[in-house]
Amino acid sequence: MLKLKPNFDDPDGFYAALLGAHEGLNDAESEALNARLILILANHIGDEVVLSAALDAVKP
Amino acid sequence: MSKIFDTPLYPYQRVADQDASPTARHKVVIIGAGPVGLAAAIDLAQQGVPVLVLDDNDRVSFGSRAICFAKRPLEILDRLGCGAPMVEKGVVWDTGRVFVGEDEAYSFNLLPESGHKNPAFINLQQYTFEENLVERLRTLEAAGAPIELRGSNKVTALADNGDHVRLEIDTPEGSYLLEADWLVACDGANSPTRQMLGHDFKGRVFEDNFLIADVIMQADFPTERWFWFDPPFNRGQSALLHKQPDNVWRIDFQIGQDIDREEELKPENIKRRLKAMLGQGANFELEWTSIYTFQCRRMEKFRYGRTLFAGDAAHQVSPFGARGANSGLQDTDNLAWKLKLVIDGKAGEGLLDSYSSERVYGADENILNSTRSTDFITPKSKASRTFRDAVLALARVHEFARPLVNSGRLSVPCTYDGSALNGPDVAQLPRDTRPGAPMKDADTGDGWLLDKLGNRFQLVGFNIEVPEALEVDGITIKGLTLPATGNLKTRSLGDAGAAVYLLRPDQHVAARWLGYDETAVRDALKQAIGKG
Repeated sequence: MLKLKPNFDDPDGFYAALLGAHEGLNDAESEALNARLILILANHIGDEVVLSAALDAVKP
Repeated sequence: MSKIFDTPLYPYQRVADQDASPTARHKVVIIGAGPVGLAAAIDLAQQGVPVLVLDDNDRVSFGSRAICFAKRPLEILDRLGCGAPMVEKGVVWDTGRVFVGEDEAYSFNLLPESGHKNPAFINLQQYTFEENLVERLRTLEAAGAPIELRGSNKVTALADNGDHVRLEIDTPEGSYLLEADWLVACDGANSPTRQMLGHDFKGRVFEDNFLIADVIMQADFPTERWFWFDPPFNRGQSALLHKQPDNVWRIDFQIGQDIDREEELKPENIKRRLKAMLGQGANFELEWTSIYTFQCRRMEKFRYGRTLFAGDAAHQVSPFGARGANSGLQDTDNLAWKLKLVIDGKAGEGLLDSYSSERVYGADENILNSTRSTDFITPKSKASRTFRDAVLALARVHEFARPLVNSGRLSVPCTYDGSALNGPDVAQLPRDTRPGAPMKDADTGDGWLLDKLGNRFQLVGFNIEVPEALEVDGITIKGLTLPATGNLKTRSLGDAGAAVYLLRPDQHVAARWLGYDETAVRDALKQAIGKG
């Protein structure tokens, strides 16, 4: 089951760390970092049902 | 009718010090009669420390300025004897709503717990806040407390001479000299004291401009904090709406970088923005308008020799979070009792360094929160804007993203974790009232807990008897034994059956135990006054 309720221990801390990871990168580098991040988190999740629900949830 | 901020409240009067030879010496001189300087003066005078306040002006703040006062500062004001009139006059609120475009994305409640004397927040114009403090000062003065406020006394030169500070003061009738054993600088973000003494004030400067328009209008918006990202009336920017007493509404528009300040401040342009927001037919009157940018910065230390810095003079944050005046009041709360003990010779000067370290810790917490809010509200890079916009888009649909929406993290009391003054703790007791934290309020069945604490060291035995008084190195610790049930039990004991708390004069917890042990209490008191 894809979690859509708040699940962060420290939302502000995570958000700051996420932006921190992008500091000093140009647009292409930022985009590439995001792609790597998505893939690493997707692998951590692994579960096909959850991943497919996530893809559905973010459709524009 | 003339406004309170147009009325001289403490007009210049000639005093004997101006003709004194040798130069008059005062125990404590406070520079600045804003919320922080006045609170410091009242706190010290209430404890019997002679104090003189100098202000370059003779009236309260011009314009509403700081309007949000949080629960902890209200508790401090209660201890200073002037909380009740503020809460009575103020607009009480606890709910904030965040809108994205036309839709509500998120709401929060700042006081999820019931059973506290004070509300989560009140809104009150800074001029009313200061007027109440001046009234309290006058009451103390009339009752014989050693407190004096001199208007139109502008400090123009300063020198720390080791065992005192020498001040040169300009008045409408020329200048005079004064000496102060201790100087407390509460003279605001541009602190002339800080500049005259040549101290650093480092941090981040933000480029975005914000326009404050405080308007008087009859409106039926609820008494909540409303914050918009990208509203239809201010596309691509943010806006804030907040109610103050007397039908005054704080409206704050983000207006971007590189603006024409003079043009933006023209009443017809401000009214155009307001009508876009409130409707073309809206009826309102401008009370106070201002454009500001902001900084997140602080001094390296808040004590330099005989000078102590408090409030915006020592640290500055963005207004999102109401962490300015609220943290300034926590500064004076921390400082006053320490300064008294040092002046009375009951603690060494080192105790004042703990004022600096504890409040620098508090300032860093405020700066961190304020910087994060600011980065969210005004993203600086493409990546940060992408994530911000993604959070806002997700928050409209998915609950998980809502805690990431940051329109300001509102002031919460500071817990001095890691302070050298903190004594022993017991992990079994509730985490919220650990050493370093301000004690949590609760109904004791015989009045509010916090009304029984403060202005002295206090031992409280919850469900366990403690002695009525104990003397350690000339300092009296008062004892109070309380049966703990309901909220009082939950907040002080948790699962434990009984506990003993040692509380500082600022109501912060110094140490706590499951049982009473006189030697342990004596050791903790010494630690709490810097002799540990």
